[in-house]
Amino acid sequence: MDFNPTDDQRMLADTLRRFVAERYPLEARTRLSGAAPGYSTQAWRQLAELGALGALFDPELGGYGGGPDDIAAVFEALGSGAVAGPFLASLLSGSCLASVGGEQAEALLQAIIAGDAVIAFAHQEPGSRYELGRVETTAAAGAGGWRLSGAKAVVSYGDAADQFIVSARTSGAPDDEQGVSLFLVPAGAPGLSIRGYVGVDGARSAEVLLDQVEVGADRLLGVAGGAFEVIEKATGAGVVALCADGVGALDVVKDMTAEYLRTRKQFGQPIGSFQALQHRMATVLIEIEQARSALTNAVAAFGGPRVSRERALSAAKYTLGRVAALVAEEAVQLHGGIGMTWELPLSHYVKRLIMLDHLLGDVDHHLERYIALGRAA
Amino acid sequence: MDLTFSAEDEALRQEVRKFLAETLPPDLAQRVRLGKHLSKGETEAWQAALSARGWLAPHWPKEHGGQGWSVTQRYIWDYEKSLAHAPPTVAFGLNMLAPVLIKFGTEAQKAYWLPRMLNGDDWWCQGYSEPGAGSDLAAVKTTAVRDGDEYVINGQKTWTSLGQHANMIFCLVRTANTGKRQEGISFVLVDMDQPGVEVRPIITLDGDHEVNEVFFTDARAPVANLIGEENQGWTYAKYLLTYERTSMAMVGASVAALGLLKDVARTETKGGRPLAEDPFFAARIARAEIELENLKTTTLRVVAAAAAGGAPGAESSMLKVKGTEVHQEIRSLTRRALGPYALPYQPESLAPGSNAEPVGPDYAPGVTPAYLNSRKLTIYGGSNEVQRNIITKAILKL
Ligand SMILES: Cc1cc2nc3c(=O)[nH]c(=O)nc-3n(C[C@H](O)[C@H](O)[C@H](O)COP(=O)(O)OP(=O)(O)OC[C@H]3O[C@@H](n4cnc5c(N)ncnc54)[C@H](O)[C@@H]3O)c2cc1C
Repeated sequence: MDFNPTDDQRMLADTLRRFVAERYPLEARTRLSGAAPGYSTQAWRQLAELGALGALFDPELGGYGGGPDDIAAVFEALGSGAVAGPFLASLLSGSCLASVGGEQAEALLQAIIAGDAVIAFAHQEPGSRYELGRVETTAAAGAGGWRLSGAKAVVSYGDAADQFIVSARTSGAPDDEQGVSLFLVPAGAPGLSIRGYVGVDGARSAEVLLDQVEVGADRLLGVAGGAFEVIEKATGAGVVALCADGVGALDVVKDMTAEYLRTRKQFGQPIGSFQALQHRMATVLIEIEQARSALTNAVAAFGGPRVSRERALSAAKYTLGRVAALVAEEAVQLHGGIGMTWELPLSHYVKRLIMLDHLLGDVDHHLERYIALGRAA
Repeated sequence: MDLTFSAEDEALRQEVRKFLAETLPPDLAQRVRLGKHLSKGETEAWQAALSARGWLAPHWPKEHGGQGWSVTQRYIWDYEKSLAHAPPTVAFGLNMLAPVLIKFGTEAQKAYWLPRMLNGDDWWCQGYSEPGAGSDLAAVKTTAVRDGDEYVINGQKTWTSLGQHANMIFCLVRTANTGKRQEGISFVLVDMDQPGVEVRPIITLDGDHEVNEVFFTDARAPVANLIGEENQGWTYAKYLLTYERTSMAMVGASVAALGLLKDVARTETKGGRPLAEDPFFAARIARAEIELENLKTTTLRVVAAAAAGGAPGAESSMLKVKGTEVHQEIRSLTRRALGPYALPYQPESLAPGSNAEPVGPDYAPGVTPAYLNSRKLTIYGGSNEVQRNIITKAILKL
């Protein structure tokens, strides 16, 4: 057994960490998040040049990675720097493009990898919560193309995107897994409106409304009605990314808190000398290692059969959600008043950790899914 | 055993409900419910309405303009106010300083400051904590040095809640450096409208401006503003803290927050059904509700003991720990209930008087900020770790 990243993965992660620490600090990102696109396009390009995006995709598709361990290595590094930018959006969209294949998809993937295109994944809807198969946006076939109508909710970096991959129903009931299709929609398409905003975690998102948006027949990605598997696969990659992002942030939060306990003095001694607090930190450490192992399990199961893969992914996301909330809340508590302040970088990591549970399914969603998949097995 | 309130107390409850129904504007209550921020003027107007009815400080003795209500009546009042989503009154003067003045102040001090509180002439804030003196409050370093009829004050307070609105601050200051640390502390009232006092905002993680740093550079306070005796401030400070803690069971506030949680869970859907019907989420709500019901009775038991003459001592630490943790859990569940719409950060929707159209459902903007803000509950008013230390020593004798 070998639990270590490859040399290439380690080198890339180190490079990314160094770049973020030196060239793309938290203050800059917080400042930029107030308006679209919400991140430094220059830093984005440089991160692409360093390979942050290429590592997410298969060499056959122009990338130089694409394995779950590659994804994890990149996102753990990004998470430890609390980096803002459409990384998750690019992974989700890129994964869909990789699954459907074809000339158009491959060209777009190249553009993503080069940092030239931002494609947002517009799947979640106001009423879908975290359910992957629930799609009420409709696409009707017409002369020479499709007409899309519906609403997409909390679309990551929706106001930074040049294009969207939009899921829409071409047949079936609102919660049928079959009957969902993916379409490529340019951001400027008539009938498309975008309301962007910053999230509590410092990343931007948008509400995307489609009112009779017309796209050509060639904008259907893959087979009509058969997108569920593509979406599930992309979401799986996204779950690995978020878990790794979380593990990266958890380590930082643990270190910040341990350091604070060493230096903050009350009653004439470092507060870290109080056993009540020492034990709490020991629990934090133990739980973070559990989260890291859950991520490892998901990475290991990623290439395997569907049920074991998806169960491991749900187990990881459940664990991450639980541990992230625990550690985030403990970190604030053990810092005392200073932990409540916007000015302290800690609070931004804390908010990101809490918000991870609201992306791609929360603890209850994944626990329930884990149970259901277990029954099916 | 009899768990009913007396007929007299029930009559008061009805009277309170009637008053709230008649006096509390529904749109104001709705904004409080949704965690929107109130302007200083709105808080003052609500306090004036309470004052007009004689209920701004009903727990004060009648001779000082209160109603002399028992602890049970006060419990009913706080509970009903919270349930109706009334704006909270500013506690620093009414609930913290006033009991200290009443017990330790001179007649002149009482006659001057108490009516001003009821009239809304002063907005008080609490100057206890300093950068180096949080849990270890006796480490305060801000100094007050006698200069004729005045104290000259230098140093810094921090985490001063609503200090940006305040014109008066009660401070723990160091007046002696000999002997035990606790024996050199005095309790002084300081006017903030003077050149030597500077207030700087601290923004909390939810993006709100609630707390401040307060800097004193040769600020002055008349010696007449000293409470009790010089160097005896620690005694008064601790007396005040027990008052602070007894209100921190937050039962009414938690019942109100649970109501919001249930409304959100009934409105949000999971798998096409109300989230409230999801067994996973229903179990989470039920657990919180059971804890809260238990806590209600624990609180009433402590209240009953206090009503029978026993002073709430270390028991108030128990209420503070459980009360704040239950409240945090309810806030956390409301955030979970919101699903993806917990993410948008919408401070503009929370600003006083804002009509900004929310992203997501109308209740969305306040939910995550309220969750984040609720993390303070286990930190302030004596952190929950400090409360557990008190319980271990004072009750368990460990
Ligand atoms: C939103 C907010 C509003 C506030 N408003 C006011 C106000 O209006 N006026 C005012 O004077 N103060 C106010 N405070 C300050 C508050 O009272 C302090 O934050 C609190 O006393 C804790 O002090 P600290 O922040 O310095 O944390 P510290 O005392 O440094 O504590 C850090 C951590 O160590 C733990 N700890 C400390 N000592 C021990 C021990 N002996 N054993 C075990 N654990 C220990 C604490 O519990 C905490 O987890 C406010 C604070 C907040 C967050």
